[in-house]
Amino acid sequence: MSLVIKVGLASCGLAAGAGEVYDAILKHIKKNKIDAEVKKTACIGMCFVEPLVEIYKEEKKSITYGDVTPENVGDIIDAFSKGKPVEENVIISNILKGSENKTFKKQKRIVLRNCGIIDPVSINDYLEKDGYSALEKSMKNMSREEIIDEIKNSGLRGRGGAGFPTGLKWQFAYNAQNEKKYIVCNADEGDPGAFMDRSVLEGDPHSVIEGMIIGAYAIGADEGYIYCRAEYPLAIKHLEIAIEQATEKGYLGNKIFGTDFNFELHIKKGAGAFVCGEETALMASIEGKRGMPAIRPPFPAQSGLWGKPTNINNVETFANIAWIILNGAKEYAKYGTEKSKGTKVFALAGKIKNSGLIEVPMGMSLRDVIYDVGGGMKTERPFKGVQLGGPSGGCLPVELLDTIVDYDSINKTGAIMGSGGMVVMDTSSCMVDIAKFFLNFTQNESCGKCTFCRVGTKRMLEILTRISEGKGKMEDLDTLEELSENIKKGSLCGLGQTAPNPVLTTLKYFRKEYIAHIKDKTCPAGVCTALIKYEIIEDKCIGCTVCAMKCPVNCISGERKQVHYIDQNACIKCGACYDACKFDAIKKG
Amino acid sequence: MKYKTEIDIAINKFIGKKGALIPLLQNAQDIEGYLSKEIMSYISETTGIKLAHIYGVATFYTMFRLKPQGKHIIRVCKGTACHVSNANSIMNEINNQLNLSSEEDTTKDGNFTVMSVACLGCCSLAPVIMVDDNTYGKLTPDSIGKILKKYE
Repeated sequence: MSLVIKVGLASCGLAAGAGEVYDAILKHIKKNKIDAEVKKTACIGMCFVEPLVEIYKEEKKSITYGDVTPENVGDIIDAFSKGKPVEENVIISNILKGSENKTFKKQKRIVLRNCGIIDPVSINDYLEKDGYSALEKSMKNMSREEIIDEIKNSGLRGRGGAGFPTGLKWQFAYNAQNEKKYIVCNADEGDPGAFMDRSVLEGDPHSVIEGMIIGAYAIGADEGYIYCRAEYPLAIKHLEIAIEQATEKGYLGNKIFGTDFNFELHIKKGAGAFVCGEETALMASIEGKRGMPAIRPPFPAQSGLWGKPTNINNVETFANIAWIILNGAKEYAKYGTEKSKGTKVFALAGKIKNSGLIEVPMGMSLRDVIYDVGGGMKTERPFKGVQLGGPSGGCLPVELLDTIVDYDSINKTGAIMGSGGMVVMDTSSCMVDIAKFFLNFTQNESCGKCTFCRVGTKRMLEILTRISEGKGKMEDLDTLEELSENIKKGSLCGLGQTAPNPVLTTLKYFRKEYIAHIKDKTCPAGVCTALIKYEIIEDKCIGCTVCAMKCPVNCISGERKQVHYIDQNACIKCGACYDACKFDAIKKG
Repeated sequence: MKYKTEIDIAINKFIGKKGALIPLLQNAQDIEGYLSKEIMSYISETTGIKLAHIYGVATFYTMFRLKPQGKHIIRVCKGTACHVSNANSIMNEINNQLNLSSEEDTTKDGNFTVMSVACLGCCSLAPVIMVDDNTYGKLTPDSIGKILKKYE
């Protein structure tokens, strides 16, 4: 039996050096004449131990290694061939004892069912995993109404963030009377801190395409667009290959499965505008215009792309469809809570141990997601807050860790589920700085159409900047809250309506920190540069000169073996000396 | 005009197709490295799309550049995960090593253009930068010099 070696080659893997590992494997097996098949796969979600290599003779008896290097991969292969596998850096294994993985145990993988398992650019791999059989089933055995009912009954809600019931959206598009209809996949994943859609598109592009074809068939569309961020070159490449393969096999094109159903699918590359994640702005962008949102109604289901009825869903939503059709709405609805069915993919990032991509049933608590699935905090520093939903979401404190992950419970806290970004922060993060960071982002990305969003976010940013520089007043907090309410009311689209959320949630849960900046003129986390000062502790400094050498502005003086001194007027507070000192002789305060 | 043949090929590829302006401009930018006034006027004359509309689109999207750019593009991720992992110190170090002031984004020898981007989607490797199409993760200010050397 020959050996199979799989290497994870998604963007995250490549950035960690998986390309070099792949080359080293090819070289090693060629040199030692090993009978092995080397396969490429994408991201299994465990980005924190990339590069990942899976090795097996029988698929059920495999070992996945993490942190693989070009240097140690040869030993891993040789040892496995001899039947004495290496026992270090084992991430997942069903043959080695004690390596049962907690990360995977609590997950339920529907959207990510094939990610990191199949070769994303091989349609045969996808077909082996029942690929396109949901399309066949829905076209041969189900009526259009039955498909829509099935999606409705599954309880699937839009995974882009707002959580509108998908089946209902399809129903509206189906009801619209028009010969020409469009279906659009929103892959403009713009939230900083979120990378679910990238991983699905890179790792299993056919699942998204199959979901789109089923949707197109159900609502009666004959043309579709995938609007993907240009920052995701690998995702676009995999989509292009997948579309070509699906066309060759007859799942796209004319007379699909010998019926009168024709469907043509295009990719549109975004050009960098966060607001294009909003559906009306996205459509304007596909039409080649400035991506500015339009007033609804009319809703896209009545008048969308080029004035035709259009249905828009997110990548993750489409990736659920084939599974629901094959396994049934009932099976899907078994997972989740009363009003939020199924699973949700989250991108865990920040100061969490197991950063990466996970998929859990709705209804799990934040605590379980962060501590059980995510492995807890990365460093000794304690948990301070978790940011959910990107620039439209909010920061939740430790007291709210028992909040259940579903649309409605998270909305109640003032944050939103959003597309699934979860950035964990420890005590080294300053909440005023985080609020400022997000406001800066939304302020930059505001398209400028609505005055409240355009000017209001600017004023809020000015106030936050003032506070972070120690020049704030207590009245500023009231002004921030007042402006927030007005921006929410006075903005047309989701960007403006949710832009104040990061400020409102931090004000609600971390108000003390704002007050410390205003009244005490200190930044408790030591982040806001205007409020911190680096000083050398005379008793501890041995005069090693490392800090002086590291200082980019040469503001540290002192002779070798003499106590050094920082010129406070010249210091830019970059912290390089603080990080470099091995004797804890630099005080930050 | 420089690159007239290439631009003509691009125009012919997209002319008459619906929603073609953005892909056409992306294509033109790939050819010249940025969108010059000359090229935008030429596209307007050839396709009949109003210059104001072309300029409006080009200024709306952050990926379009109206100034010449360096041979290598350094994209510094400023996403949430990178921000909390001190992406600012990475940006400072790059600007420092390339002798760029806060107003400049391109080195004098035209080798590098530095820009910040909202998120590269490699959050687990934060802080991250992308040089051309290559992503580098888990960076510290100390690791920057070695990376930049590869592109000199």
